[in-house]
Amino acid sequence: MKLAINAAGLRKSYGDKVVLDGIDLRVAEGTIFSLLGPNGAGKTTTVQILSTLLTADGGQAVVAGHDLSVNPSGVRGSIGVTGQFSAVDTMLTGEENLLLMCDLHHLSKAEGRRRTAELLEQFDLVEAARKTPMQYSGGMRRRLDLAMTLTGAPRIIFLDEPTTGLDPRSRRTMWDIIRQLVKDGVTIFLTTQYLEEADQLADRIAVLNGGKLVAEGTADQLKRMIPGGHIRLQFTGVPQLDYAAHLFGNASRDDDTLTLDVPSDGGVHSLRSLLDHLDHNRIDVASLSVHLPDLDDVFFALTTKDGVR
Amino acid sequence: MSSIALAVRDSATMLRRDFTHSRRNLMMTLSGIAVPVFMMLLFVGVFGGAFGTSGSGSEYIDYLAPGIIIMAAGAGSAATAIKICQDMAEGIISRFRTMDIARSSILIGQVIGSVVRTVVSGALVIGVALLLGFSPRASFGDWLAVLGVYVLLTFAVTWLAVGFGLKAATVAGANSLSLILQFLPFISSAFVPTGSMSGPVRWFAENQPYTPVIETVRGLLMGTPIGNSAALAVGWCVLLSIVGYLWSRKLYNRPRAS
Repeated sequence: MKLAINAAGLRKSYGDKVVLDGIDLRVAEGTIFSLLGPNGAGKTTTVQILSTLLTADGGQAVVAGHDLSVNPSGVRGSIGVTGQFSAVDTMLTGEENLLLMCDLHHLSKAEGRRRTAELLEQFDLVEAARKTPMQYSGGMRRRLDLAMTLTGAPRIIFLDEPTTGLDPRSRRTMWDIIRQLVKDGVTIFLTTQYLEEADQLADRIAVLNGGKLVAEGTADQLKRMIPGGHIRLQFTGVPQLDYAAHLFGNASRDDDTLTLDVPSDGGVHSLRSLLDHLDHNRIDVASLSVHLPDLDDVFFALTTKDGVR
Repeated sequence: MSSIALAVRDSATMLRRDFTHSRRNLMMTLSGIAVPVFMMLLFVGVFGGAFGTSGSGSEYIDYLAPGIIIMAAGAGSAATAIKICQDMAEGIISRFRTMDIARSSILIGQVIGSVVRTVVSGALVIGVALLLGFSPRASFGDWLAVLGVYVLLTFAVTWLAVGFGLKAATVAGANSLSLILQFLPFISSAFVPTGSMSGPVRWFAENQPYTPVIETVRGLLMGTPIGNSAALAVGWCVLLSIVGYLWSRKLYNRPRAS
């Protein structure tokens, strides 16, 4: 497995405020890696360090085969960054923005025009090409932003909260674009505070909290780390609830909602045995639902309040 | 391509960007001529009679115009400082910083763009002065020398304005800082000879950088004695350019926390 990003012990503080407290990151080429965390966890700082905007106080990192501290311009030549705040020139039209990027990537005039036309088409910005971003919607701005990042055909793309503030439809469009990029062999380093986004897109997820990585793995691995799968039974009256609670000693009851949460892995086998057990004891159940732990559970379990700055 | 060729190419790209900005924001681009033209109208039309150097037979506008032309160089600094400050607040600068381009190209593009803009303002101000009756006695060579001094001063003023723009946290702050460059000509030989001033004001007017620059331009255009003003003017401009450049570079390269 070739690594696109290999960082060890990254540290950064401002004064006595520690933002990154020694984090290690290994991102395989051609995958989507998601850094998940609440606001202020250090996600943006991590991106800024890996994209050469900031220098770390400690630790090393190799990005696209170039050591950050030895050859930052080599790193810059291989990456593209789309930050949390739109990085477009608001006085230039969408087309001019793209042409500017092509010029800065030292493409020839003809090549620049071709690439610009291609990207306008790909990002559905043809009609808006002659307008300035001031007249764009949030989603259009992000698309232009990402299109600008792609002019240089980067091998690694940093996306810092690329869908924050977008409406659901624009978010889906962004996700489709990101998936397509990975198909083309690009590595994506994605930060997000949306659990669903990480779950949908990422091959691997790292949870950052208070400047430290508190968990790392695939979405499934992370979900397995957290107990919390259960079958929720709802009853019509307190007597039934009493009886059932007596039957399932390890369950937790809620008298207000007349529900009982029975711990379970959610598999068919355990569900069948539970139903058999209920049948056998002739307990009437009003309704039943299966709850698997999702990333929300993982997130809330791993990111404590005092980690939030 | 060598790194110098790349830096030149990137700077040219940034300069094109700056020109497009100037075209899109014409009001800001031309704001630099408003103050000098207004001052000229005020002093020639309103106060002109009272200040008249009629004894020598020459019109007041002939004394005033060179100072006003130099004011145009200072007036351009507001737009420069504001533009730099605005630009730095935009995400696009962060994008440039993550790209493999010559870092200096961003500032160089802005500085050359500002110098060109200010030279155009200066030409427009000269045009207005001529319409108001300014009658210079300069040869073609003198005009070239005036252009040289003007560009040199603009270069110095622009680097200082870039520093102000980088230093200021807000656009309003950048504008306020640049007022220093715009108002300094008021206490110089621009409007009246320093000899007519008194005490510390006179000392300041005689020793501040704008006065030798104005005296040099006045000498070139009207044939008044220049003396050591030319050397002082060039010295001041070079010194201020270097200070402004080093200061701007330091501010520009400081890491930015977000």
